[in-house]
Amino acid sequence: MSFIQNARKLLQQNIREYGMYIALFVIMTIFTITTKGIFISSRNIVNLVNQTGYIAVLAVGMTLVIVIRHIDLSVGFLGGFLGAIAAIAMVQWHLPVYLAIPLTLALGVLAGTITAFLVAQMKIPAFVATLAGWLIYRGAILVVTESTGTIIIPDKTFNAIGNGFIPDIPGIEFLPGVHKLTLIIGVLAIVLLIINEINSRKKKQAYNFEVLPMEMFIIKLVFTSALIGGITWLLAGYQGLSWTAVVVLVVVLIYHFITTQTVLGRHIYAVGGNPEAAELSGINVKKITYIVFGSMGMLSALSGILFASRLQSATTTAGSLWELDAIAAAFIGGVSPAGGIGKVVGSIIGALVMLSLTSGMNLMGIGISYQYMARGAVLAAAVIFDVATRNRAQ
Amino acid sequence: MNTPILEMKNIIKEFPGVKALNNVSFQVKEGEIHCLVGENGAGKSTLMKVLSGVYPHGQYTGEIIFGGNVQNFKGISDSEKTGIAIIYQELALIPEMTVYENIFLGHEIKNGAIIDWNETIKRAAEMLKKVRLNVNLAAKVKELGVGKQQLVEIAKALSKDVKLLILDEPTAALNEDDSENLLNLLRDLKNHGVTCVLISHKLKEVIEIADSVTVLRDGQTICTLETQKGEVSETALIKYMVGREIDNIYPKRENRQFGEVVLNIENWSAYDPALGRSILKDINFHVKKGEIVGFAGLMGSGRTELALSIFGNPDGYNITGEIFIMGNKKHFRRPQDAINAGVAYVTEDRKGDGLILIQDVKQNITIANLKEIANRGVVNDNTEVNVANEYKDSLNIKTPSIEQKISNLSGGNQQKVSLAKWLFVKPNLLILDEPTRGIDVGAKFEIYTIMTRLVEQGMSIIMISSELPEVLGMSDRVYVVSGGKIAGELAIKDATQEKIMQLATNY
Ligand SMILES: Nc1ncnc2c1ncn2[C@@H]1O[C@H](COP(=O)(O)OP(=O)(O)OP(=O)(O)O)[C@@H](O)[C@H]1O
Ligand SMILES: [Mg+2]
Repeated sequence: MSFIQNARKLLQQNIREYGMYIALFVIMTIFTITTKGIFISSRNIVNLVNQTGYIAVLAVGMTLVIVIRHIDLSVGFLGGFLGAIAAIAMVQWHLPVYLAIPLTLALGVLAGTITAFLVAQMKIPAFVATLAGWLIYRGAILVVTESTGTIIIPDKTFNAIGNGFIPDIPGIEFLPGVHKLTLIIGVLAIVLLIINEINSRKKKQAYNFEVLPMEMFIIKLVFTSALIGGITWLLAGYQGLSWTAVVVLVVVLIYHFITTQTVLGRHIYAVGGNPEAAELSGINVKKITYIVFGSMGMLSALSGILFASRLQSATTTAGSLWELDAIAAAFIGGVSPAGGIGKVVGSIIGALVMLSLTSGMNLMGIGISYQYMARGAVLAAAVIFDVATRNRAQ
Repeated sequence: MNTPILEMKNIIKEFPGVKALNNVSFQVKEGEIHCLVGENGAGKSTLMKVLSGVYPHGQYTGEIIFGGNVQNFKGISDSEKTGIAIIYQELALIPEMTVYENIFLGHEIKNGAIIDWNETIKRAAEMLKKVRLNVNLAAKVKELGVGKQQLVEIAKALSKDVKLLILDEPTAALNEDDSENLLNLLRDLKNHGVTCVLISHKLKEVIEIADSVTVLRDGQTICTLETQKGEVSETALIKYMVGREIDNIYPKRENRQFGEVVLNIENWSAYDPALGRSILKDINFHVKKGEIVGFAGLMGSGRTELALSIFGNPDGYNITGEIFIMGNKKHFRRPQDAINAGVAYVTEDRKGDGLILIQDVKQNITIANLKEIANRGVVNDNTEVNVANEYKDSLNIKTPSIEQKISNLSGGNQQKVSLAKWLFVKPNLLILDEPTRGIDVGAKFEIYTIMTRLVEQGMSIIMISSELPEVLGMSDRVYVVSGGKIAGELAIKDATQEKIMQLATNY
């Protein structure tokens, strides 16, 4: 087969997965052109990553919730509320930050467990149960911020999560003005990726499974390496990797590992694929529901912490519409509404698509009203594309 | 009767990695009952899907001539317009709708824009009379048994003014009476000029009803046999289907020495609070090591409920009674407990609650026993591939790769994956619920051989089956279940079809 044919076949077979990368690439290119390069500047990319952070962690949790055929509408205001609790814990209860954060995360797990109880035990549809949560947490934010209004957070460590950058290795003369530690991390990531890909390719070949043709494989590796390298270079040229990016990366790595490599991950996808069959296979469907909603609650708390830290304060409006951004990100990232299908990494790309739109349109000075419409159109287009390619694949 | 109503010429249909139909030609004469047989995965369902427009013109190559004209169907509605109706392997009725709503669903009788319910009900009643079904028209379909639902499907097809009726394994889920009923109906329709294509793995009924039989194997037409010329016989069919002769489909057992009692059930009852009545009444039975115990009975006699409730999944019933495994009293709160105690249950409804259709062969095989291939919660992909390949080979599962999605496998091969999944749990007691439903003779023979091998290695098997020859051929001992009770226990040497039917219908 010729190179072009190979490329076309590959694109056709994987169009659904590559589609969102292509979409992200197209969106970024368009904004780079329309903003005369401001969009792709180091400064803006860093901002973009930091703004995406709190939606990205929600999207990760939401992916699993939708995979097991549920939905969680309460995550936005739960996040906002728990962000306020973290602020209160530090400001009013004078808890140190390393206690306030775990406490907030634990409360998130608790909130998720309550949702799971309603869904798994009481058999209330998740849509209804979490709509109730949406209202309750909306009210709760108002209650806790009623007397004080916006709560200013003075803690430097806490605020660094949303605004700070990882420290650099001191005393290296080489490449002044470039963040060396970021560079090293980027290079390490590329090396690990390449080793990992080559290993898994070898393994597949040993079992006579279908693998990419050699030249395609190399192109894919070059492309992803260049992408990581490019982003690393951009970040290193500014102030380096932000703490928010580190948090998101860690969350994604952990969840990616769990969903692709572990028994728990398999059980989650089995429950989503066919709950009756999963139960009869000895999987405790209720337990999985508790775990997934519990994790969603914890990630909501994390999202609230990221947001409060970024604003260095807890506000009365924190959390509004986050859930919709997270759900949209998951769907753009290829999660199937019917359950059982969806990747964590896809949802992160989805979140980047949503936030790139916002950021780019802001830079272009487009009004908020048109921004909503544009985002709605992209969501619809993404899902139409998804459904169309899925049908053809059958 | 001799002009062909349908001719399919040189049909080729490929899926990624599989050539499902390789140059198939197929002819059906007007007014005949034409049976289509072949092993699992031979391409029967695919051929009918090509014919009915599920795979539209352009997705296959070849020619379809129906009623004298070349047809290029773009979808099911096109084929329906020309008078082809197909009843799929899976029923396609809406359970929550009434019988008459279902019959005219999709081609409602309208008066302007408004549905004419009176006319609908009148016409629906006529259709039911045609299929000789005597039920309340306003009953919801979910309240009817499978056999009656099947008839509603046929009524629905008839209401569309059908010339060619295609039935894909209609009797797979029916008991003997309902099957007989259905076959009589087909004869009736034939006399009224409806041509019929019937796909079935039950060779006895094929021989009973067919005017001609076409055999497919590996996506190719092997031959067409005519009943009038005396060409249709069980040995001939098996020979053409499998490509070799099988003289005794039930394998010989070396020894019938049984060990200690593995499972003992005492005073087992189930009460359904939703319906307000008992589903199972005071059931007692036991199974010994190395024994195959058959559970015969009619559909709906409670055998599946019995198996499921023992397996720790009572589905909302209140259970009383005791389970003893190897003499130890057990309490299974959920399937996991039963699995841990060495019990496995292969469900009768592989698509509904057996397999995860959107996942691949390998994931389905390992899902019930992931801990075996995992280390501290992390799944070992290598071991998984090896395990899956092992079962693919030993059960002879036909699939291009263990990474193939289950929904792309033919029915019989899905059943083998189901079996593989539970064998990998390495149980002491295997409960098989209708293990050979929708499975071809060759695969049946393979499954029987596997069962024999397993009991000889010391496993015990409970086999729930509605096929009496299978119960008689495979069991060491038979319990007959009727109306939620054990109606009788028969040693295999005393068991006959008549005795079992008498017990099964006597409550
Ligand atoms: N959508 C699909 N994608 C890929 N392969 C398919 C698809 N549908 C069917 N096949 C393959 O085509 C072949 C023929 O399948 P088909 O369902 O027609 O068999 P069948 O004769 O009806 O078998 P059974 O008696 O088990 O129902 C099988 O190998 C099957 O795996
Ligand atoms: Mg079939």
